[in-house]
Amino acid sequence: MLYHIKVLVFLKDGVLDTQGKAVLGSLHRMNYTDLKDIRIGKYLQLWVEASDEDTARNRVKAMCSDLLVNNLIEDYTIEVDELS
Amino acid sequence: MKACVVVFPGSNCDRDVIHSLSTRVKANVSALWYEEHKLPQDTDLVVLPGGFSYGDYLRCGAMAATAPILNAIKGYAEGGGLVLGICNGFQILTEARLLPGALLANKNLKFICRQCTVRAERTDTPFTSNLQTGQVLKMPIAHHEGLYFLPPSDLKQILANKQVVFRYCNNDGTIDDKSNPNGSVDNIAGVINKGGNVLGLMPHPERASEKILGSEDGGLIWDSIASWLKKGGRC
Repeated sequence: MLYHIKVLVFLKDGVLDTQGKAVLGSLHRMNYTDLKDIRIGKYLQLWVEASDEDTARNRVKAMCSDLLVNNLIEDYTIEVDELS
Repeated sequence: MKACVVVFPGSNCDRDVIHSLSTRVKANVSALWYEEHKLPQDTDLVVLPGGFSYGDYLRCGAMAATAPILNAIKGYAEGGGLVLGICNGFQILTEARLLPGALLANKNLKFICRQCTVRAERTDTPFTSNLQTGQVLKMPIAHHEGLYFLPPSDLKQILANKQVVFRYCNNDGTIDDKSNPNGSVDNIAGVINKGGNVLGLMPHPERASEKILGSEDGGLIWDSIASWLKKGGRC
């Protein structure tokens, strides 16, 4: 089975998001004063061959812990779609 | 001294380190490709140089931290071998969890390339044994991700363990917000592991090792390592 897995990586609370701060400043300057905060993260798409969804999910979790995510500064969520 | 400088795809300070180590302390220095699995025998010092390993993709230093040579370096460090990470090398050491913390984008969002001054907080390490406590060194920084960060509880821990070796300061050694170029927590510019044999710092000693470069202060770090080795591993 091929699984399409979407990983959202975002900075933990308390970790300075300089990109988010800069973008917030620009949007405020453009009069979007109702915008209270914005934090920028990463969207990763992975295609994994696995026997079932749990296996696919666990493989991606391992990839996150081994390389994709630095758990000192980042958190992440996983969404799985079955493709075939 | 037998030193090796690891070259990753995108390293760009490797030759400067080789030059300054071989001229300043007459070290026998070799370049080591990141795909190697072993360090040369009798290596006294491993340097992870600055640059943009793997194009800084994903996170600075993240992919270099998984390169084949890192396993050998981890074993070498566990055995007490000296490892020095400069700039991107520091980022790699944090990603490899050989050093605590992480390097984030500078607070002002700019790439900062300029001289800075750092204060030596410890002189009982192999890398600072020729310095005086509180001595101010002038060395350049050149980075976009140099904001040293770690969660408050971890910060407490490294302060208690005296793992901070360099702090950004002004010319007379005062540490304040003004002398902090990138927003690093507690003005931290360099940290060492608990064992005292793995050091990472953002400033570039190799760019401040001879008069023509505007400062020779970085050479004091090479001198320290050389005299520490000469004394058989004592300060």
